[in-house]
Amino acid sequence: MKRERELQLDAFAVDVRDLLDRSVANLYSHLVTRPTGRAVRLAIETQLRELELPALSLVDLSSVSILDYSCADEVVAKLLLGRTTEGRAASLFYVFRGLREHHREPILEVLDRHGLATVARGEAGTRYELLGVHSRAEAEVWSIVEEAGTLPARELPDRFGTEEARRIARGLAARGLLFRHPLKGDLHALSTLVPDDR
Amino acid sequence: MRVLDLPTTLDFHAFDRLAADLDEVSGERVLLDARHLRWIDPVGMLALLGAGRVAGERSGAPTLLRSPESTEVSGYLARMGFFEEAARFMEVDETRRRRSGSSDVLLEVTPISENHDVHAVVERVQERAGTILTRALNYPASAVIQFSVILSEVCQNILEHAEAPGWVAAQSYNWSRRLGRNVLVLAVGDLGRGFRGSLSDEHSGRYGDRWSDTTALEAAFIHGLTRFADQGRGQGIQQIRKQVRRWDGLISVRSGTARIADVPDWEDLPPMEQKLAPFPGAWITILLPERVEGDDR
Repeated sequence: MKRERELQLDAFAVDVRDLLDRSVANLYSHLVTRPTGRAVRLAIETQLRELELPALSLVDLSSVSILDYSCADEVVAKLLLGRTTEGRAASLFYVFRGLREHHREPILEVLDRHGLATVARGEAGTRYELLGVHSRAEAEVWSIVEEAGTLPARELPDRFGTEEARRIARGLAARGLLFRHPLKGDLHALSTLVPDDR
Repeated sequence: MRVLDLPTTLDFHAFDRLAADLDEVSGERVLLDARHLRWIDPVGMLALLGAGRVAGERSGAPTLLRSPESTEVSGYLARMGFFEEAARFMEVDETRRRRSGSSDVLLEVTPISENHDVHAVVERVQERAGTILTRALNYPASAVIQFSVILSEVCQNILEHAEAPGWVAAQSYNWSRRLGRNVLVLAVGDLGRGFRGSLSDEHSGRYGDRWSDTTALEAAFIHGLTRFADQGRGQGIQQIRKQVRRWDGLISVRSGTARIADVPDWEDLPPMEQKLAPFPGAWITILLPERVEGDDR
């Protein structure tokens, strides 16, 4: 567990392959079947319950070679849906990293099916991106924050000239796609909260 | 004792005849006579297993299987693990039941009854599928991952909807006369409650009198409905269809008395068939043709 003390945000790295080995069976090397996906998701959720909020979970898929749709539904979509069902939407964040090209289709499909979006990154060194269901305006606002890294609260009126843009930024924070500091009101790209990664 | 003479070719197109023959049997013990069999593919193998099991359950006595006279066909069935599986519930006269060095086999007849079986199948095909998909079908190296996802999703269909064990098998062939290309044949079948039975509680009401094997297949295959309220369910078959279309392949699902299919230009199967001879469970066939120069897939 790594902490970004200034923000008081727990950042927790989860290697899905490691969880797969420990939670399901070390005979399985692929993320296939719904029961397997469910077991991995429950293991992630169990670990997250031990963290102080707000918390950021880094779900690392880089060692997953095969990801089927049923598993993507559990490990990505259901995990994101759990933010709201557990009533921790404003304080629980996910970043998926290590995405490989063949992960993309099942992940995009399940995000689309549930009307979800998430922040993700491919191999180390590649840019973070907004995946899933979002409008063009949401993508623009998200990109402004991602480019800046952090936008202090006092600068938000200038950076987002319209109330509509500020409303969109609040919406992105509520969906867990940006982090809004609970006391200062600063907006942070999730990528800035990933330890040793920027 | 009722003797069912099997045709010389037992493949995707012969399934309905086997179902029709079986439908005429009422309670007698059955002998499946495969002596004249000259050609069989994974669809035929699973159909034969299904027929043997159904006949055995109906008569209360194990079905007898008279194996092919052709040593080539018998040897192939042995390598595919067919006799080994058949002997679990049929009386088989073939002694070469065990699989031997099966380097030419993509995926032997494999029972699917629990989550672990799906993992095992996906693990097992990796190397062989990679070779066959790239060398025999000219697919890119990444196709082995997409094929594995298809395999996983179709096998899960058995576990999630059939509530009964099933089987999977796959092999590639050179369809030189029929298509002039290599083709991969993937068959998945079970003797469970079928699509109509699986969806009935949740969806039959809205169809009223129209509820049937046909409407159940349309609901699942075209509209992605499942018996689960969970919005995340039902996408497996939709994604399989999408990938099979990209490869210009065929996918069909036969359940009860109906069959629905996505049919490519090279096959003349109707997209929907009704009033077929009843057969329990769900039977999925996927045919993937070799990619040839000029294909833009």
